[in-house]
Amino acid sequence: MRISRWLAEHWVLGVALLVLGYLFLPIAVVAALSFNRPSSRLSYDFNEFTLDNWRNPCATSEMCEAVLRSVQIGFLATVVATVLGTVMAFALARHRFRGRSGLNVLIFLPMATPELVMGTSLLALFVSGGVPLGFWTIVIAHVMFCVSFVVVTVKARLTGMDGRLEEAAMDLYAGEWQTFRRITLPLVLPGIVAAALLAFSLSFDDFIVTNFNSGTTVTFPMYVWGAAQRGIPPQVNVIGTAMFGVALLLVLATSLAHRARAGGQRRPAP
Amino acid sequence: MSAPAHVPTASGEQPASPAPAARPGRHRFLPYLLLLPGAAWLFLFFVVPLVQLAAASLYDPAGSLSTGYALTWSFDNYPAALQAYWPQFGRSFWYAGIALVLALLMGYPLAYAIAQKAGRWKHLLLVCVIAPMFTSFLLRTLAWKTILSDNGWLVGLLRDVHLLGPDGRLLATPVAVVLGLTYNFLPFLVLPLYASLERLDRRLLEASSDLYASPLKTFRRVTLPLSMPGLTAGTLLFFIPATGDYLNAELLGTPNEYMIGNVIDSAFLVRLDYPQGAALSFLLMSAILAVVFGYLRNAGTRDVL
Amino acid sequence: MDPQTSAGDLRLAHLTKTFGALTAVEELDLTVPQGSFFALLGASGCGKTTTLRMVAGLEEPTRGRVLLGDRDITRLRPYKRPVNTVFQSYALFPHLDVFENVAFGLRRRGIRSVDGQVRRMLSLVQLDGYERHHPAQLSGGQQQRVALARALVNHPQVLLLDEPLGALDVKLRRRMQLELKRIQTEVGITFVHVTHDQEEAMTMADTVAVMNAGRIEQLGAPAEIYEFPATAFVATFLGQSNLIAGDVSGGNGGDLLVTAYGTRFSVPSARSRADQGPVLLGVRPEKLRLAAAAGQVPAGHQHVEGSITDAFYVGVSTQYLLRTGWGTELSVFVANSGAQERFAVGERVVAHWDPRHAFLLGRQVDEDDRTAPMRHEPVGASW
Ligand SMILES: Nc1ncnc2c1ncn2[C@@H]1O[C@H](COP(=O)(O)OP(=O)(O)OP(=O)(O)O)[C@@H](O)[C@H]1O
Ligand SMILES: [Mg+2]
Repeated sequence: MRISRWLAEHWVLGVALLVLGYLFLPIAVVAALSFNRPSSRLSYDFNEFTLDNWRNPCATSEMCEAVLRSVQIGFLATVVATVLGTVMAFALARHRFRGRSGLNVLIFLPMATPELVMGTSLLALFVSGGVPLGFWTIVIAHVMFCVSFVVVTVKARLTGMDGRLEEAAMDLYAGEWQTFRRITLPLVLPGIVAAALLAFSLSFDDFIVTNFNSGTTVTFPMYVWGAAQRGIPPQVNVIGTAMFGVALLLVLATSLAHRARAGGQRRPAP
Repeated sequence: MSAPAHVPTASGEQPASPAPAARPGRHRFLPYLLLLPGAAWLFLFFVVPLVQLAAASLYDPAGSLSTGYALTWSFDNYPAALQAYWPQFGRSFWYAGIALVLALLMGYPLAYAIAQKAGRWKHLLLVCVIAPMFTSFLLRTLAWKTILSDNGWLVGLLRDVHLLGPDGRLLATPVAVVLGLTYNFLPFLVLPLYASLERLDRRLLEASSDLYASPLKTFRRVTLPLSMPGLTAGTLLFFIPATGDYLNAELLGTPNEYMIGNVIDSAFLVRLDYPQGAALSFLLMSAILAVVFGYLRNAGTRDVL
Repeated sequence: MDPQTSAGDLRLAHLTKTFGALTAVEELDLTVPQGSFFALLGASGCGKTTTLRMVAGLEEPTRGRVLLGDRDITRLRPYKRPVNTVFQSYALFPHLDVFENVAFGLRRRGIRSVDGQVRRMLSLVQLDGYERHHPAQLSGGQQQRVALARALVNHPQVLLLDEPLGALDVKLRRRMQLELKRIQTEVGITFVHVTHDQEEAMTMADTVAVMNAGRIEQLGAPAEIYEFPATAFVATFLGQSNLIAGDVSGGNGGDLLVTAYGTRFSVPSARSRADQGPVLLGVRPEKLRLAAAAGQVPAGHQHVEGSITDAFYVGVSTQYLLRTGWGTELSVFVANSGAQERFAVGERVVAHWDPRHAFLLGRQVDEDDRTAPMRHEPVGASW
């Protein structure tokens, strides 16, 4: 009786854990392979445990250059897209003006367009404009598809914010700039940070658009793609695992810090 | 076209309170000033290329990169492209559709469990959904290749329990491609869905069961309709990239599983047939937009499942 | 009076605010003397908050002016006005703790040592020890007190309070009312106080204004408004009134004669807002007395006969509904002081009143009797 009732209420959790297992399965493989000494270049089987790959992640300098390049591109694209997108989100959330709905469509469309189409059309533009493909064309392309996501994320945060808080600040002697700096910005910052993280991860992991607009420049996903044909060096898995670990730690640390801060004040003073 | 205004919100929030009254006259040009750089970027690197692509799709197919193309308004490129590649076209929507159903079956319980049942573990579980995205898309797909390979443990297990014939395989089959699509875009479905379900008021569910609704009825009549915004956003964020994807077919399938993305990719990068690639791109985009707007029109009024 | 006082009066002149087709505030003219406690009463949606927002500078008036003393502040930005607001929805900054919320205004004005002032204000609203709490961790009433402290600490010239005590329990509300009143008299700040609590308005304010559909219907000292309302709206919004439709049929010395349903009544002309044509004769339910027979009515009192259709015992008083001979109903409150006998439903009685307690209002030709619905609570008991 009790067991069936418990099951009825908690079977969803069981399903959820199974799905999470499914999500983590390939990560586990990547992590395992990062400790593998492959028997041959094209073998993906686990052969022998080793720490060599972790001790020496840059065995192929080509790969580490690609990682570095991806980080640079990701950083630049994130900064530009976050600035452009945040500013647009403010305009859209705070002002009524002609052409709003047209603009909303312009922002929505890139999200509804397959990456492939964006990649090919940009390629056509660069080729016909005689723009040499490379680092900067990748940055331009990444900014383009990140901006919409930034706008949507920041705008959601802004419209969810109580406009009366800003009025209260003005009522309490804060001028426009002070109100922005002390009230609006701190309250919207989580949204901006989330948008920036999203933009970085989109940029860092992008293959399709990059593949069309990179010329001979190699980013990390492109390196992996190329290596997949020739045999992947196990250090690639080190990078993949490390990225995963860093992301996990980062997010966990912030949420723990958040909880600690909130938990310390939960109990009211007597 | 008012639908886009609320479509795929990554965090899924809805507007809550009106913006403070803008002072008339004071900031008349400010919004345009704020919008200009971003809008210009999108116009220059999204709209203009699309228009150009539209033009390219009407080039004389007899031209080539070296000899140059002439804009001859050859609308024939479209039926020609469709005729040559309709199997891949159909396959894209077919695979993405099946993957969507699978993803909904997995993603809904997951999002629901995290939002409503996980209690203090909520954040940790949410992180677990996002974290895999930080390992490269390609690496994860290559990992699936390892998992599904003919001498891997999964195939062995399935052969042992006779779910697969003695020389049945997973890799290089449609199953592998659909599995890869489901896997790769699942977080895009779960996140908006979670945002919707998280705001779902527990008391509504209690009220519903108080009013004699069975758990199933409660789900159909209360939970599902209230999670509709997240479901819509998630479905779109899943379906759009899945339809246009070609990496899963490339890595986990064979040319027999190729989707339209593979064809476009090779048209541009291998065969260098720009008019055909452009025509296919446009066909894909308009097909997706048609599905999207058809879906958006019905999403609010009709049960999806 | 005092020239220094009048220099800080808050004056609204022809103040109007329209939202599209809707006129939220219409041609508002009023003066709030410096240091006075001004209460704004009115039904929900009548424009109270909009009025306060225009004074605070958060809403630009469509027409009209806001003056503080001789200074026209109509176009002044909100942060340049010596005016602070306690918002209807608190609007506490969620990312700042209680201390920083309260210190916000002081810091913006460049005041360095805010510690003492903030702590004094927090203990005034009985929130000592809550400095480091965030708004989300406070109860509704605590949040309201933070909002109050956050505005008060700035010692503004005018403090606007938009239902600041709505979320508090009765006991705490009484204490806060006393505190507010004490602070107001002590510091000499002008308070403009919006409330739905009539009792609160009556007990605290020097001047009460009753607003209806964007206009001020009447303005004056609480007792004055209650005893001699200017319009039917005021008469029924503030407490209850029996309003009997009639027509002025002549005068008799200092009295006006009114004919209603064939019966003649007299009202002192000093208590009349109209001296001819259709009128409403008003008597407050607690001003009516009941007698068993016409013979017991004191000399000089007016009276109406009827039968009791309902009686509610509400502790401090008994409320009767009386059906008159011409078919309308009057409500009568009788204090349960033990001095009067109780009447049963169905009994025939005579309701009578001193004409000096009645009042006369103008009436639209097609307007009928207006008898306020009976309330099942000890209304007026504490007034
Ligand atoms: N920004 C706005 N846009 C359009 N109409 C508004 C706006 N603000 C207020 N109104 C309208 O103006 C009228 C007056 O609103 P206001 O907030 O001043 O009422 P109130 O007297 O404070 O009511 P309450 O007692 O319920 O707080 C209402 O009909 C309201 O709907
Ligand atoms: Mg109000």
